[in-house]
Amino acid sequence: MTNLIDLTLSDLLKKIKSKEISSKEITTVYIERSKKSKKLNTYVEETFEEAIKNSEKFDNNPNFDKKLSGIPLAVKDLFCTKNVKTTAGSKILENFVPTYEATVTQNLWNEGAILLGKLNCDEFAMGSSNETSYFGNVISPIDDNLVPGGSSGGSASALAAKLTPATIGTDTGGSIRQPASFTGTVGLKPTYGSCSRYGIVAFASSLDQAGPMTRDVKDCALMLEVISSFDPKDSTSINFKRPNYFSDLNRNIKGKKIGIPKEYRVDGMPTEIENLWEKGKSYLKDCGAEIIDISLPHTNYALPTYYIVAPAEASSNLARYDGVKYGYRADGENLIDMYEKTRSLGFGDEVKRRIMIGTYVLSSGYYDAYYLKAQKVRKLIKNDFDSAFNKVDAILTPSTPSSAFKIGDKTNDPVSMYLNDIFTVPVNLAGLPGISIPAGLDKNNYPLGLQVIGKPFDEQVILDIAFSMEEKINFKLKKNDWWIK
Amino acid sequence: MSKDQYIIEKNGNKYEVIIGLEVHAQVLSESKLFSTSATKFGSEPNTQVSLVDAAFPGMLPVINEFCIKQAVKTGIGLNAKINKKSIFDRKNYFYADLPQGYQISQYKDPIVGEGTVVLDLPSGPKTIGIERLHLEQDAGKSIHDVDPGSTLVDLNRSGVALMEIVSKPDLRSPEEVNLYVKKLRSIMRYLGTCDGNMQEGSLRADVNVSVRKLGSGKLGTRCEIKNVNSIKFMQMAIEYEANRQAELLEEGNVVDQETRLFDTKKNQTRSMRSKEDAHDYRYFPDPDLLPLEFDDQFIENIKKEIPELPDQKKNRFIEKFNLNPYEATILVSDLDTSKFFEKVIEKSDVKLSANWITGELFALLNENNLEISESPISPENLSKLINLISDGTISGKIAKTIFEIMSKEDKDPNIIVNEKGLKQESDPKALEDLIQKVLISNEDKVNEYKSGKDKLFGFFVGQVMKESNGKGNPQMINKILKEKLNG
Repeated sequence: MTNLIDLTLSDLLKKIKSKEISSKEITTVYIERSKKSKKLNTYVEETFEEAIKNSEKFDNNPNFDKKLSGIPLAVKDLFCTKNVKTTAGSKILENFVPTYEATVTQNLWNEGAILLGKLNCDEFAMGSSNETSYFGNVISPIDDNLVPGGSSGGSASALAAKLTPATIGTDTGGSIRQPASFTGTVGLKPTYGSCSRYGIVAFASSLDQAGPMTRDVKDCALMLEVISSFDPKDSTSINFKRPNYFSDLNRNIKGKKIGIPKEYRVDGMPTEIENLWEKGKSYLKDCGAEIIDISLPHTNYALPTYYIVAPAEASSNLARYDGVKYGYRADGENLIDMYEKTRSLGFGDEVKRRIMIGTYVLSSGYYDAYYLKAQKVRKLIKNDFDSAFNKVDAILTPSTPSSAFKIGDKTNDPVSMYLNDIFTVPVNLAGLPGISIPAGLDKNNYPLGLQVIGKPFDEQVILDIAFSMEEKINFKLKKNDWWIK
Repeated sequence: MSKDQYIIEKNGNKYEVIIGLEVHAQVLSESKLFSTSATKFGSEPNTQVSLVDAAFPGMLPVINEFCIKQAVKTGIGLNAKINKKSIFDRKNYFYADLPQGYQISQYKDPIVGEGTVVLDLPSGPKTIGIERLHLEQDAGKSIHDVDPGSTLVDLNRSGVALMEIVSKPDLRSPEEVNLYVKKLRSIMRYLGTCDGNMQEGSLRADVNVSVRKLGSGKLGTRCEIKNVNSIKFMQMAIEYEANRQAELLEEGNVVDQETRLFDTKKNQTRSMRSKEDAHDYRYFPDPDLLPLEFDDQFIENIKKEIPELPDQKKNRFIEKFNLNPYEATILVSDLDTSKFFEKVIEKSDVKLSANWITGELFALLNENNLEISESPISPENLSKLINLISDGTISGKIAKTIFEIMSKEDKDPNIIVNEKGLKQESDPKALEDLIQKVLISNEDKVNEYKSGKDKLFGFFVGQVMKESNGKGNPQMINKILKEKLNG
């Protein structure tokens, strides 16, 4: 029998539903492995005892009609979980315990999943390497000096290290797809409005989306099916007919038109990325898809636009962390002094940097030149995609301009760090669905990912394309559990 | 220059006062603008606070459609343009009773655009322009005087829906401000969109004041007096502020644009912050909320719910009941008064009813500092009293006695008349007997009268009344007496 931890989520479910294994057995296996994997620093909060109890509860009265019957899952610590500490990777929420549950995680529990714990992430999801977390950086299971990407770095690392059968992250500018690409896993950012933002610690409200991170495309479809729902508690949630992503998943992409945007061929991109992209194209052709060259002319402006819009919203979203109501408070001489000390000590450097940028671009006298202009450019970027999608069904790009970098490599160079999001950010600005799948290895045997971008609400189309490519790519990562002593 | 113009005079120079008001009216709604928490006034601190109101991480605002309808309704009542697309913005600033660190408001695209309110001045009607009406959240309340060591925060108000109604700088005197606020309040009470209760803070205003030399076409620099919560204080603040500004100008100084506070104890305004220190609110569209959009049908449906408003009602009263504009204005100025009046006239003479309500009843209410809704005399019983006058059962004088009794216990006046034996004597035979008696016992006076001393007539009436214990029908006494004396 294969090792339990090597099973994909969908295979695991089959074994549970056929009563070959119990929820408790699986839960125990994952807990034991997680306990041995502390070196990766993936968990910020473990709920192992509770998870065992819940698995026993499930086994005593199993319901096999659920989509995640008895499955233990760890989730990014940006989702508020009832009675379980939720920190968003920040000192300012170090001891914050919500009395409520995010809609997306509630959807998981409603389908029978069991919480294993909360996974490390960049502070308030601001980062591309999981080095900004107050709880320390996360190490990638790929190599001991490697970042897992970010901001869903704990999720990616835990998933790749098999500390959870699947997970969920959030993606504001690439925070699911980039770490998925760095760790050889699958990550999907749904269309804006597809998954509820209720109960997710907000970073940039007009960009934030929760999404699945899994070992393969099939699991990704299943997880998306569970978490995507219309939610009246989120005014930006959209009520559309959601397909059965999992059961509808198929490899029939014959005749699908796939666009290749020339603007994504950026200066200084490693040839191995170039080659990966070419390989992707040929796989798609093999599947019967048609490759079409397209142009997304405003791509160059996406990153600067993003780094105006996202910090602007963040500067306002993070104003509530003021020491008055909950979270960390530093004593002060008076109210203003308390604010200053609380926020100086409670937030890390990257968060402060973005609050300052955001405050600046919204300031009177600068608003028109920055925020308003960025909104206009954002519209142009959206228009680029709209006209491209008149010609093609989906777009293929690399997920990132390079493979994972070394811990500490970019911490002193924010702009070079931001450049990592160059291929993922336009998708958030346009509110589109995008999926990253592992597609190859670089010269160091570090994973590289390809991204498929779809029309709004066309998650099924990009899942089908990814599913087809996945079979052709047949990605294999040589791994040993080096971090387990 | 009309004689009722409000002018500040300094060293012989005349200054005109220009006033604009930003009225904050609490939307009459069971729940808050973006959450389902209750809005009841006077509840225990922090008992009407949801996770959204307290700005917990991950909480999102969801618009309360009822509040939108109330704002649209108010806009229609102000004859204003309703904007089918409006945008909620975040107004960013830090304060302990502002949990989100921003207030959700409307900045560039409010729900209601330009409109008008008509004031009934003694000199005639004056139209005041409305610049806009927008929806916004109220903040919580900081309480500084309960705990000596710290400030306490009550979030019950946090997130309550307010309508900010901004007037054009069309007001010219404290009296116009008085009439404007009352008219606005009256319109909203008729509509049921704001209870206008200033004691409970349901209606507050920021007052913008500037002065200019009479005849100058250019507006002077204005000061904004923040958060004044009674009409009287608004008037006092304007008077103080207008004089202060005029004095500054007379001394050759300039008025600084600034925000000021009205100190109700010292009856002065004082500087709160200068223009340089003004907050940079960093407004931007709230990404948690989509633009607010509705169609013509939505507006049409609300229009169907609009009741008769004060101006329409006034015109109806004048045209249908032949009331004079003064009476009509008073009777419609307050929704409860107009309801009371309309209840009384269901069964009683209109003119008499108007007189009794604006006369005796108002005097009684004023004396006891009561609202008409708290009137000790019900409209039904007042109507009965008026009918007793109309049908000659009692005289106006007796009616006042009965009214007095009714003000202590709200009793059917018919019962009072019977109990106290106050029924008017209108039997001609009985009155004739009384008159005869009086004339006989005053034969000398009768002779004097007949020889031309006309004013003795009043004496005879008085004597007859006395004989009747005040119950004689005065009109009939007059009539019979005249016949007897002149016949």
